[in-house]
Amino acid sequence: MSLELQDVSQVVDGLLQIAPTDLVLEKGTMNVLLGPTSSGKTSLMRLMAGLDKPSTGRIFSSGVDVTHQRVQQRNVAMVYQEFINYPGMTVYDNIASPLRLQGQTKVDVDRQVRATAEMLKLTPVLQRRPLDLSGGQQQRCALARALVKGAELVLLDEPLANLDYKLREELRAEIPRIFEQAGSIFVYATTEPEEALLLGGNTATLWEGQVTQFGSTLSVYRQPETLTTARVFSDPPMNSIVVTKTADTLSLNDGAVLRVRNQWAVLSDGTYTLGFRAHHLKILSPETVEQASQAFQLRCTVVAIEVTGSETFLHLRYGELIWVAITPGLQKMAVGDAVDVWLDVAQLFLFDGVGCLVADGAGVI
Amino acid sequence: MAQITLSNLAHTYVPGGAHESDFALKTLNHVWEEGGAYALLGPSGCGKTTLLNIISGLIMPSHGRVLFDGVDVTALPAEKRDIAQVFQFPVVYDTMTVRENLAFPLKNRGLAMPDIQARVALIAEMIGLESVLDQRARGLTADAKQKISLARGMVRESVNAILFDEPLTVIDPQLKWELRTQLKSLHREFGHTMIYVTHDQVEALTFADTVVMMHEGRVLQMGTPESLFETPAHTFVGHFIGSPGMNFFDAQIEGCDAMIYGQRIPLGRRYKSLSGRTQVGIRPEYIQFTKEGGLPAVIKHIEDVGRRRIVHAEVAESLVKVSVPDGYSFDTTMDRIRFNPDKINIFVDGWRTEGEAL
Repeated sequence: MSLELQDVSQVVDGLLQIAPTDLVLEKGTMNVLLGPTSSGKTSLMRLMAGLDKPSTGRIFSSGVDVTHQRVQQRNVAMVYQEFINYPGMTVYDNIASPLRLQGQTKVDVDRQVRATAEMLKLTPVLQRRPLDLSGGQQQRCALARALVKGAELVLLDEPLANLDYKLREELRAEIPRIFEQAGSIFVYATTEPEEALLLGGNTATLWEGQVTQFGSTLSVYRQPETLTTARVFSDPPMNSIVVTKTADTLSLNDGAVLRVRNQWAVLSDGTYTLGFRAHHLKILSPETVEQASQAFQLRCTVVAIEVTGSETFLHLRYGELIWVAITPGLQKMAVGDAVDVWLDVAQLFLFDGVGCLVADGAGVI
Repeated sequence: MAQITLSNLAHTYVPGGAHESDFALKTLNHVWEEGGAYALLGPSGCGKTTLLNIISGLIMPSHGRVLFDGVDVTALPAEKRDIAQVFQFPVVYDTMTVRENLAFPLKNRGLAMPDIQARVALIAEMIGLESVLDQRARGLTADAKQKISLARGMVRESVNAILFDEPLTVIDPQLKWELRTQLKSLHREFGHTMIYVTHDQVEALTFADTVVMMHEGRVLQMGTPESLFETPAHTFVGHFIGSPGMNFFDAQIEGCDAMIYGQRIPLGRRYKSLSGRTQVGIRPEYIQFTKEGGLPAVIKHIEDVGRRRIVHAEVAESLVKVSVPDGYSFDTTMDRIRFNPDKINIFVDGWRTEGEAL
């Protein structure tokens, strides 16, 4: 089983919702759609499910053209942000209902309901009704209903968004393991980069209706092909600054000059955008002076400090720009302080004038 | 701005309820300082919204009193308490421009036009709404609408307190960074007493000077973000704060050592003989892999979450999580884990107990 989108696009009332998209999703894989609100995640899922028809392009399921098949004719399950269960039925009957609709025998239904309930830790509450359960248990019930169907394609639209932080953490850790056993194609929409990283699998980044990159989650994170992808897949957003490259130097518009890496010297002279993640913007300290001597060093001003206990988030001003630095431990600083920071050249990204990645820490691309 | 005193405050939604389990909010006594930034943090059903609604006057508490600057306001309805509120979902007047939306609370109170204009301009600038001031709210994105809600909450200078009920829940992660910084600078600038309700520990810890950690209607701990992280008062606080939360091991405590699965683990402090269930709590950030000492651990799997990795390991029957930085290189001969003794907390029947310095 595979799902293939060929040149699929969607136009609604003359507005482009989904730009022409090619995607191939394989059986037994987790595919994350990552992007901000209104970037097209739900629209793309609805096209995959057959809930909406594409304006152009074709959709194939295991090589069979299903573009004009309605959702009822396809083997699809969906889980939404809202917890959708039958309130009048017990958890057992909720999970059993898709199987009964398929006309399975009582014995088969019972076996599958119990196995799925066990996997989703619902065994103790099988005889209760969904509304008597916590939000986390209600969403487990909705997940169980989707999984038990044995659908070839399971679509999850921000399924954890309505749960408490800690419950989200718990379910998020379980989901990849549960899905591994199921063997369907999973598509999971989220706005959170951290969620994509925890789920693993593959990620498609979305921005304004366009899939900007698709690949293994870690490869998209570690090597974003464009500045847009880098921004979508960074929380906090990727820091950036415009630089002018001349021979083997990068100059900032305040006159500061940085020596470029040897590998970068071959790039043509011109204007580029330098990008770097928050945890790669480091504070200069006596312990790091030596490491930092080979690095880009800059002086910033602290505009806000946030402490989480294990880390300090420093919001720093450099000229007109605001950057975020994530530093381990507790930083004793005050708003308005000047702070020297450094950037390891091995952890930088260089994007050209149209935002395409041309070089990273490993060299020129 | 006001100091808020909660005096023998408790609340039950059950008429005549007297049993402890009837209480959504169990008895508490607190003084919240004028100009403080407080976060009420806890899971769904912990009582944080009940407490917020009692402070705002939407709920009349069944027991105890609420005082603003020493004046009893318990029976005063919400509209007479002079407080501003920001809710989870944006509350804006769609047909009004952004400017009119921001001016509305000030006009209602009969402020002079020049004062209104100056104040609206200042807040709009601080929260990044200047470019859309003359647009109607209707066509704006959900993010922009929530910015209007936040700005409206902040626009009145003389309020006793500003209450926020999960204001960033519907905001995209990237924009949260911007809005949190703006809230912080607004607080620094104007010094309002602010109370912020959330289930999200990162929002609570980054926003507040003082975090009020609640569970099952009880305040488990009130303290700085650092104290909740380093010295949680209860195992629930240790579990809830931190991502992932604190690891716990049942242990016998013998002076300045803990015995875990027959291994002697040195502690940073000395403890008197303890009775009850005794546990060692250690954060994933304070565990190192080592060749000798500590506890034998078997790595089960490793999660790569970008800026760090979470190692899931087994120590006898216990699962333990260890956090290592991005780029950490694993050495298979390091098959034991060691706890930083100064970072170990000891809990008796769930509550943290203080040891003596060595």
